[in-house]
Order: sequence, then C-alpha cells, then structure tokens
Amino acid sequence: MLIRRPSDILPSEITPREVYFNRRQWMAGAAGLALAAALPRGLEAAPLSAAKSPFSTDEKLTSREDVTSYNNYYEFGTGKDDPAAKAKSLKTSPWTVKVDGMVGKPAEFAIEDLIKSSALEERIYRMRCVEGWSMVIPWVGFPLADLIKRVEPLGSAKYVAFETAFRPEEMPGMDTIFPVLEWPYVEGLRLDEAMNPLAILAVGLYGETLPNQNGAPIRLVVPWKYGFKGIKSITRISFVEKQPATAWNKQAPNEYGFYANVNPSVDHPRWSQATERRIGEGGLFVKRRPTLMFNGYAEQVASLYTGMDLKKFY
Amino acid sequence: MVGRVSVEGAKKGFALPQVPKILVYIVGFIPAVWLFYAGITDQLGADPMRYLEQALGLWALRFLIATLTVTPLRQLFNVNLLRYRRAIGLLSFYYAALHLTTYLVLDQGLDMAAIVADIVKRPYITIGMATFVILVPLAVTSNNAAIRRMGGQAWARLHKLVYLAAIGAVLHFILVVKSWPTEPLVYAAIVAVLLGYRVVRSQMKKPSPRRRPA
Repeated sequence: MLIRRPSDILPSEITPREVYFNRRQWMAGAAGLALAAALPRGLEAAPLSAAKSPFSTDEKLTSREDVTSYNNYYEFGTGKDDPAAKAKSLKTSPWTVKVDGMVGKPAEFAIEDLIKSSALEERIYRMRCVEGWSMVIPWVGFPLADLIKRVEPLGSAKYVAFETAFRPEEMPGMDTIFPVLEWPYVEGLRLDEAMNPLAILAVGLYGETLPNQNGAPIRLVVPWKYGFKGIKSITRISFVEKQPATAWNKQAPNEYGFYANVNPSVDHPRWSQATERRIGEGGLFVKRRPTLMFNGYAEQVASLYTGMDLKKFY
Repeated sequence: MVGRVSVEGAKKGFALPQVPKILVYIVGFIPAVWLFYAGITDQLGADPMRYLEQALGLWALRFLIATLTVTPLRQLFNVNLLRYRRAIGLLSFYYAALHLTTYLVLDQGLDMAAIVADIVKRPYITIGMATFVILVPLAVTSNNAAIRRMGGQAWARLHKLVYLAAIGAVLHFILVVKSWPTEPLVYAAIVAVLLGYRVVRSQMKKPSPRRRPA
C-alpha cells in the first residue's frame, strides 16, 4: 500500500521524524498525566495533549458549539439536537473496549489505559455526512493501526467489526415504536482500510475528551467515508474473516453500502451527493460547495479501491 | 367535504365566539415571521437554512391538516369553524410557497440544472413539487368570485384535490428522512385518519340497496 502525504504541505512544514516521534512520546506521557488528574471528575471534559499531524487540513474549523450541538447519534433520538440534550445519561466511566476474534492477543482495555498507552495526535479532518452537510473537526486520537498492531491479527482476519454500547436504559432514543436501526449499532472496515494511517480512534475533540454526543469515550473516524461509518461509543472491536454487517446497510441496503466512501458521482438513491453545505458557513445564505472524491483524501486512500467498481461497491 | 357546505354550513354550530378572519392570518404568520427573524439573527442552530426549510414545510403540512379537521369537527362535535377554513387553507399554501422558495433560492441557490435534475430524479422532490402544483389552483379559486364563476359543484369537485395534496405532503416528508423516525409517521397517521373518516362516512351514507354490482 502506497501512502502519500497531501501534496499541499511543504516539506519544511513537517517536523523532522525523530523530533516528531520524541515529542509524541513526551506528549503521550503528558496526556496520560493530564488525564489521570482529570478523569476522576467524571463527566467533565478533560484536557488532552496531542501532537500535530501532517494529515491535518488547514481549513477553517467548524465551531466547537456547532460540532457539539448538531449531531446524528440515533441512540439518543433522530433530531440533530437530541444527542446534545440527552446523551448526558450515558455513563462513560468505567468503560472497557473488548478486542477479540482472530487476533493473537485478545484483550479488554480500560479506556484510561488505552488513552495513556497511545500516542495522541490532533487530526483536523473534514467530515462529510451522507445527508449532504460537512464540518471541519479537530479530533484527538490515535491511529487505529496502532491498536491493531498491539493485538496481532491472525492471517485469517480480513475485516474489523465494531460495536457501540447497547444500553437502552441510558440511551432514550432506542426505545421507539419503530426501531430506527437494529441495535446495537455496528460498523466494519476491511483490514487494509483499518490499517490506513488516516483511520483513527478518536478520544477527544478541540483538545478535550469527547463530549457524549460526539461518541464518548472512544469512536472511529474515517474521514474519506460518510460520517455514519464513524461508529460512536465503541465497546467491542472484533477481527473477522467475512465482511461484517453494518447498521445502516441492514436498514436500507440499496441506500447505504458497506464501503460508504464519499463519492460525488455516486448519488444516494434519494438525493444527489455532488455538493455539500459546510456547517457554520454563510448561515441562511449558505453556499453549496462541490463534494470531493473520497472527501478530498484520494491521495491517501484511492489505492485501496483500485480496480473496484465504486458504483457497485458504494 | 365541500359539497355539503351550503347545507351543513347553515346548521347552527357550537356557539364559538366569532373572531375577525384577519386574526387567523396574523396568528398564522407568527411562525414565519419568527423563523425569518431567528434565521437572520442566527438563532436557528448549526444548519439554519435546513431548519428554516423544514420548519416552513412542516407548518404548511400542519395548516393543511387543520383544514381537513374542519368537517369532522362539525360533523362529530358540532364545532363549526367553516368560516376560517379558507384562511387556514391559504396559510397552508403560503407556507408551501415559502418552503419551495427556500428550497429554490437558499438551498439550491437557483441552480436551475440542479433543481431540474432534482425534480426529475428524486421522488421526494417530484412529489413535493406535484403537491405544490396541486395547491395552486385551490389557492387561486379560494375566493367567492371563483365559486360564483365555477358553480358550487364544480368548485367543490376541484377542491377535493386537497386530499391528494395531503397524501403528497406526508409522502414527501416520509421520503426525505432516513429510516422510519416517528414524526413523519405521526403526521401520516393523522392524515390517514382524516381521509379514512371521509371514506367510512361516505360508505355509511350510501343506502346499500342502491349499490349496483360493478
């Protein structure tokens, strides 16, 4: 797999490797300390230290207010403001992430250990929702590949399956007359997609631990795919041989595929994906901007899909 | 619904205090005024255009449903709101027109190619557009002169199109959302009850001996 840096970054802007990695280690230690000091406070957002990343975009950030008040998290309701209003009831501490399936070292990580032992980076990514809007979000997280390497997947593992917490008593949106989705929310990636350096497990945004409505305490961020692939509040990661089921694909297989790569030339059956509205831009008089292939991350991920008919594997 | 206006309208209804019709318009336009004010002063959340667009469409549907409740209220509960029905119906049309304008101007930025493609390719847009087209002749003939010119029966026949518009409006709502959230289904259920009531009542009124085999 060929990984290229985005061409718009000057070599001089990139910190030398050694310095960069030293700093990452130092930052990780600092982050761990900060977290250890802050975590006992419970629901409060705790500051996180994170190294900068060459994968970050320099586009204007979507405001913290918009990022944390305009969410799709259907376990808390289908309204955009439901998650911010109702997700406080989710208990994110204690929290464990179980990693199992076809791995040499299955494990159950306490979230604070996982954060402490990972080199946190700030990744400023574009986020394109399948509904036709987008944001620019400064995530804090670590490469999914780092976790995958730690658990040593077996040769037979071809896919990674993710599962969200299933807690109807803490998630009021799950209890509706017609379940909006089959719970728990599940997602999946091909192993090579999961290993791509752009794929991260985010534990924070805007320099602090994740608010519940954004998927606390840990969520997937795969910026070249539609937002719904970014499964929230993960409790389980399994390595499997067959392509795992995904929540939206089960709900409407003709509308939401397993891959769900951002693609302006493959429309949703009910609406166009050619353009998007950037949240926070222009207010009532928002201008649509063209949607980019793979959400602008083609250089890093296009090679994953060489030879595939993306109209068929949408 | 409208065919029996002259007969049943004359029946003395439940004694409601009469208010000037202009008050219906004034109250009816409060949501629109508030929405535009809130939109311009940045109080409609992270995605104000979409909020405005959806809220205007929802009010159009609410007023459409309100017009459909006038007849059952009179027949079942003897509450007569007939004199306000035209105003309520026109409010529904005005909100539908504002909803459409928001889509054309603010959402699509008058990109005619994108709009035409939407209308042709997207069933929910096609249905929404058709629903608006249906409302136009109803709005244009919502005045006494039109009733006189057309004659009561023809006018009443034309205005039966409101049933089709109600079905179109809820379909448009259901098709625009992902999955099956509760809200559009609740509106669909209300429309189904109001139209179902008319079907049942018309069946009950038909004396069975006069029914002929098809």
